[in-house]
Amino acid sequence: MVDEVILLDYWPGMFGVRTRIALEEKNIKFDYREQDLCNKSALLLEMNPVHKKIPVLIHNGKPVCESLIQVEYIDETWPMEYPLLPSDPYQRAHARFWGDFIDKMLPGLGKLMWGAKGVEQELGKKEFIEMLKTVEFELGDKTYFGGETFGYVDIALIGFYGWFDAFEKYGNFSIEAECPTIIAWAKRCVKRDSVAKSLPDSEKVIELIPELKKKKRVE
Amino acid sequence: MAEKEGKIKLLGCWASPFSRRVEMALKLKGIPYEYLEEALPNKSPLLLELNPIHKKVPVLVHNDKILPESHLILEYIDQTWSNNPILPQDPYEKAMARFWAKFIDEQILTVGFRSLVKAEKGREVAIEEAREKFAFLEKEVTGKDFFGGKTIGFVDMVAGSIIPFCLARLWEGMIIDVIPEDEFPELNRWIKNLKDIDCVRECIPHREKQIEHMMKVSERYKLA
Repeated sequence: MVDEVILLDYWPGMFGVRTRIALEEKNIKFDYREQDLCNKSALLLEMNPVHKKIPVLIHNGKPVCESLIQVEYIDETWPMEYPLLPSDPYQRAHARFWGDFIDKMLPGLGKLMWGAKGVEQELGKKEFIEMLKTVEFELGDKTYFGGETFGYVDIALIGFYGWFDAFEKYGNFSIEAECPTIIAWAKRCVKRDSVAKSLPDSEKVIELIPELKKKKRVE
Repeated sequence: MAEKEGKIKLLGCWASPFSRRVEMALKLKGIPYEYLEEALPNKSPLLLELNPIHKKVPVLVHNDKILPESHLILEYIDQTWSNNPILPQDPYEKAMARFWAKFIDEQILTVGFRSLVKAEKGREVAIEEAREKFAFLEKEVTGKDFFGGKTIGFVDMVAGSIIPFCLARLWEGMIIDVIPEDEFPELNRWIKNLKDIDCVRECIPHREKQIEHMMKVSERYKLA
């Protein structure tokens, strides 16, 4: 049976990037369908009725939601290709811990960089940098988070790199000055085809921000 | 194959659904462990040393391996001790189990506790919003003995540690019925099924003690 793999996503989405990278790493052909988040498609609402959010991975008609769950699903469904998670249970738990940490901290703090002003933004910036330094400490002097091979934690974090320029511009700070090891790591990741193909264009993300700020004021 | 031998220590709290669910898994698999009670909200030097990032229970220590975060601990236990499996083998079923576990710990905990306690738009609105989320779980458990099917699994332990013996006792203290039997017959049936399972029954905190605890926690949360 030929696998049918569809990905419902939104081009600047930090989370869908992870799924795209995982699929590319495994050389899995997929049908990418751009979603209009202001006018959600019937397919999106049918496949993710609980959250009504992207990304949604649809494999042979069955939906998998939540980006890190999708990455694990991809790894477990196509185990013969490039493994994204370690096979040892403890090493797996360790990787998942960092994926979870990134998920808990980065999106909310990142949003404050462009979505907040004054004291709220300054406090957000401080927490964002602290959080990134914690992740940077975990990376240490390794090539990737898992050691020599690109994997799950790298995928969990690299999706946000497309937004770093926007965070810096609106937050008025330099991520490289604060976390040089993270930026060096990101530049290594971007050399991989899977990442280069999947990351959104930083300039286009910056152009998107005024529209996002307007929507935020309306909400 | 990961080593199963060696000592297991679990740092937990009697009232924490997150540490209770780990105990359910250890008991289900017949794994002996040493339990260390944390007198929360005070955090011991041991907890701060073992979980410096989140500073929370539960933390499992297996030989020299330290594992925080209950979902991670449950999966580690399941992968290391393969008897009485709690996660399905099939990748899709596994992804669905992980999805529901995340939904429960994020959305259900928010609507069942946080939003209800703060009730910014009024208590009735908060209860209605909670019921909308619980409706997804009602649908998911319809026609099944447990979320895991014929036997309890990962989602049962996640939901089972939070809904019947934690949130339900908060609701009792607040004198509200968020999931009445006539509107949520399947969830209520599942709760009754759960109480027959030894490893769950052994992990149910004392009712009055927990109602008192949940009322204190909700007061602290309201003021925060």
